[in-house]
Amino acid sequence: MGMKIGLFVPCYIDAFYPGVGIATLELLERLGQDVTYPTEQTCCGQPMTNAGCVSDSAAAEALFVKLFSGFDAIVMPSGSCTHHVRAHFDAIEQTDAVRHVRANTYELVEFLHDVLKVRDFPWAEFPHTVGLHNSCSSLRALRTASMSELGEPAFSKPKTLLSGVKGIRFATPARPDECCGFGGTFSVTEEAVSARMGLDKVRDHFHAGAEYIVSADSSCMMHQQGCAERNHVDIRFIHIAEILNGARQ
Amino acid sequence: MREKPVNHAGAAVAFIADKPHLDFHDARLWDMRQKRDAQMHLLPEWQDLRSRASAIKEHALANLADYLEEFERNAKSNGIHVHWAADGAEHNRIVAEILEARGARTLIKSKSMVTEECDLRPYLAARGVTVTENDLGERIQQLDDQMPSHIVVPSVHKLTSDVARIFARSYGTDPNADDPHQLAEAQRLAARPVILHADAGMTGGNFFVAETGTFVVCTNEGNADLSATVPGVHIATIGIERVVPRMADLGVFIRLLSRSALGSPITQYTSHFRGPQDGSEMHVVLVDNGRSARLGMADFWTSLKCIRCGACMNTCPVYRRSGGLSYGAVYSGPIGAIIDPTFNERKYSTLPYASTMNGSCTNVCPVKINIHEQLYKWRQVLVEHHQMPFVKREIMHMAGKLMGQPRLYRAAINGTETALGTLPRFALYNWLNPWGKNRELPAPVKETFHSWYRRNRPTAGKATPETVKTETKA
Repeated sequence: MGMKIGLFVPCYIDAFYPGVGIATLELLERLGQDVTYPTEQTCCGQPMTNAGCVSDSAAAEALFVKLFSGFDAIVMPSGSCTHHVRAHFDAIEQTDAVRHVRANTYELVEFLHDVLKVRDFPWAEFPHTVGLHNSCSSLRALRTASMSELGEPAFSKPKTLLSGVKGIRFATPARPDECCGFGGTFSVTEEAVSARMGLDKVRDHFHAGAEYIVSADSSCMMHQQGCAERNHVDIRFIHIAEILNGARQ
Repeated sequence: MREKPVNHAGAAVAFIADKPHLDFHDARLWDMRQKRDAQMHLLPEWQDLRSRASAIKEHALANLADYLEEFERNAKSNGIHVHWAADGAEHNRIVAEILEARGARTLIKSKSMVTEECDLRPYLAARGVTVTENDLGERIQQLDDQMPSHIVVPSVHKLTSDVARIFARSYGTDPNADDPHQLAEAQRLAARPVILHADAGMTGGNFFVAETGTFVVCTNEGNADLSATVPGVHIATIGIERVVPRMADLGVFIRLLSRSALGSPITQYTSHFRGPQDGSEMHVVLVDNGRSARLGMADFWTSLKCIRCGACMNTCPVYRRSGGLSYGAVYSGPIGAIIDPTFNERKYSTLPYASTMNGSCTNVCPVKINIHEQLYKWRQVLVEHHQMPFVKREIMHMAGKLMGQPRLYRAAINGTETALGTLPRFALYNWLNPWGKNRELPAPVKETFHSWYRRNRPTAGKATPETVKTETKA
């Protein structure tokens, strides 16, 4: 039997992309983990803190710790929420429970890659060309892939995982590390720049030959999909958990 | 009266609407970023250089007063006049007095961001001094009465056709002749007589060296040398943070500067100024203008390490798609967004939000300024100082309360709770409305993950963490 895992499903995934939550849960269960989704969960507090309103995150953070401190590990299909819990959970007193939560929270890709060390997904097959999008939190905060600005040796945890899926092919966009422009509240306060960045991002993947954009972050994809649909860029979106869990499309 | 914050988002709308300019701007700056990457890959010691540069700057800033005084002593013994300017007004007064003492009416000037900070040109113009910029991009901006939009390539937001129109207006050239070589020649012909007959020359300075009492100016056009060699007087304006302790330190920065800025191994000209020419005077004006105060800001002092390479601007996806002028400040882009609020918190309160905090700026910075973390920190400071717009502040406050109450939150997600607290609905929806201007909303779903889970895992999830813990132990 595996660890006791608390599953956190970010608010926008709960509301708009339930399939991503389901795929994450089923995938972890398939890998022999004991997963629980505490149903009272709300949000990690990131939107308020990123806007600068740190004290307004306190209630969300306290609730999060209350619900999750009893688990061995907390796993979530989101890089930015993971980064928030790990690096920015500062609105509340740093008790042992808070420290436990911060130290044991994982984004799904890093949990699969680093903790469970899974490399094969024999049940999965995805005979399509995909463009991989790393959110900036996953890339530059969690460091799940090498960053082009630093010239470090190339690695990519999400690509390593996806390489264990039958039939998958990768497209190479011209600007793989460029931010897609979601940026949380940035997407509304800087609407024009945000939407333009999103459009440029989906076009880059489309021109590289991607049929799908795959990412570990649904928030980026929610924004990118909105830009693609408005501008009739013919590209589809899928969360990495869905592919790894054996989605057929 | 309270000053209005810069409307970066609004200016960006106009910038993006102009597709030829937007596309050129984005491609040109991205090309500089790629050339920078290529240079980085050629130097295995790149990350070590960045660490050294950062350490030298931090050391120099931590001992700033000592190094400044050491420079002053050594510069004086080299025959350089050293002046201290506490702010922009004092700087401008000092420069005007130097010019007045010599009866200088024309000044040929190379690019200097500090003089932009101080608003020197209008000050001198009002005193009858004609100032001519001799950096090509800066001159274009001067003729067009605009601030530089980039600290290294000041007119990068303009196409050659724009320059042709500006030169036609000022120099009487053909407004449709937009061949870059012809335009450069037009500027050369216009500038040469001004340079030959100028009464005084002025430059900035990229670095000054405490141990030698000398300073260094890096350019690609050689324009600083043309300003500096004007007979009579050479005035150099430099920010106090630009000091390096020893000549040996300079190599670290010279290797990083142009590689980071333009992706070229070195600037075409790296000129060391050691003292006045025979029969001339040399003046260095060391400008504080808020720098000492910034040095005392625990979260922001490292922004003083900046060597003004512009790499953060070139890599910034927001800057590339909004243009430098949209920041409404002397310093634009990521570095501007963390420096500008130190000059005027209210006016520049919007700039730390003109970022997705993606972190690319921090990665390219040759002196390792944690730019995106300072953006993050600035947002907290601005909220604490009541610089966030009321509606946004209220939304965050409300959202924060909602997120702490599972039942109310669930009701809101399910759409059964319509009154989201106290804020009028129109305010909330007006604030969120921009999403749909250029984007579709996500498609509605049949059920949330939450209700799926309750249907499919009916016995799970209600356990409190304590019981989970107990079960684990059992």
